[in-house]
Amino acid sequence: MHLTTEDLSTIFLTLQLASVTTVLLLLIATPIAWWLAHTPSRWRAPIAALVALPLVLPPTVLGFYLLIALGPLGPVGQFTHWAGWGSLAFSFSGLVLGSMIYSLPFAVQPLVNAFEAMGSRPMEVAATLRANKLDAFFTVAIPLAKPGFVMAAMLSFAHTVGEFGVVLMIGGNIPDKTRVVSTQIYGHVEAMEYAQAHGLAGAMLVFSFLVLLVLSWTNRRKAQTAT
Amino acid sequence: MPSLFLRLFGWVIISISAVACATAKAEEVTVAVAANFTAPMQKIAQAFEQDTGHKALLAFGATGKFYAQIKNGAPFAVLLSADDETPARLEKEGVAVVGTRFTYAVGRLALWSKNHSLVDDKGQVLLSNTTDKNGFKKLAIADPRLAPYGAAALEVLDRMGALAKVRPKLVQGDSIGQAFQFVMTENAELGFVALSQISIDGRITQGSAWVVPQNLYTPLKQDAVLLPVGKDNLAALALMKYMRTDRAQTIIRTYGYSL
Repeated sequence: MHLTTEDLSTIFLTLQLASVTTVLLLLIATPIAWWLAHTPSRWRAPIAALVALPLVLPPTVLGFYLLIALGPLGPVGQFTHWAGWGSLAFSFSGLVLGSMIYSLPFAVQPLVNAFEAMGSRPMEVAATLRANKLDAFFTVAIPLAKPGFVMAAMLSFAHTVGEFGVVLMIGGNIPDKTRVVSTQIYGHVEAMEYAQAHGLAGAMLVFSFLVLLVLSWTNRRKAQTAT
Repeated sequence: MPSLFLRLFGWVIISISAVACATAKAEEVTVAVAANFTAPMQKIAQAFEQDTGHKALLAFGATGKFYAQIKNGAPFAVLLSADDETPARLEKEGVAVVGTRFTYAVGRLALWSKNHSLVDDKGQVLLSNTTDKNGFKKLAIADPRLAPYGAAALEVLDRMGALAKVRPKLVQGDSIGQAFQFVMTENAELGFVALSQISIDGRITQGSAWVVPQNLYTPLKQDAVLLPVGKDNLAALALMKYMRTDRAQTIIRTYGYSL
């Protein structure tokens, strides 16, 4: 395999982006998923649809709206300038924001499933044992939903690694800041450097296969322990 | 009462044969067009259809992508490349018709901002400091590895002695179209774009711009080449000729290209 130092730096940056995105995403996806799994509110359906939007929207649409939103006239851009953070476009933070939106359904959906499968009984039992709600959530709900968290984390991570269109639209292809593996492969192909494209593309293929393989194994083990 | 059915049936037969006759004379040609040439080519295709009856189906995109697609059997009959290297390379590799290459346009580079007062008529803004009143934080260019306009932009910066200073501010679009988009949405205050993207009839349509003197960069020759798919296609052959007619060349000049 033929990987240059530039290629390696895109791999490192991609892993960094996926890690930061996954951690932040789990933090915000957990309350959203909990609410979706338990609320009787009539807002549940529209919010669920909103969360699932990135699944069906082409990344060019997300990227296009993000580019406009991050610009100095866009709502996010105006806020970040007002807050003194400058512009998020063409920055690592901007990519994190874009990736979080892009991978949101992949974090929320497994958690909703896990919380729903748990049912309301464990939390009721915890309440009768006088655990307060927050306490019960951390000591009962989270451990019970652990497989859901594992799956949410793996899917978010892998999906962010595979992100392309959004990064292309708002990244600006800056080495060590916004140039990730997928955009680097695209660059190699466009520049007709097929040998280098093969190296990275092959690595990507193997990585994605391994993630799905591990997911499939964990799922089966979960199914077996459940029966 | 079979007459209604018969009449309908008759119409269908007549219209089918009419369409068949029309298509026998007029053919279709699928053309891969460099992104920077989008606007003029749409105009030329209209004129081409008026004048010859042939129809040009246009696909716009990055030349490098077209290269990969053509090598892998894409059904393009003509390539209007953003450079002169790709057509030469295709010809050398036996995937273009030998001896059909010609320069259909020479691109012009412009430094552009949406801000009316940012760009002066000598491009001195490139030498300013970020802290200056006229400073800028981001300068958009097309990826120099992928787009000739990006390589030309680097050349200009280098010759002006501004490259080291602006390098940290560079953001790259994958094509000149994306570099334009970054400036248009004001995510970058400044950008090197194709003159064709921001001018019509020699007037800059919005913001401020510096049309870079052509002695600061290698000429952006854009070549056309006939591909094997179009070898026997009348419309493809006609289009190759049409690009060199006065009517087409006037349109090309209108959009800020030289010839």
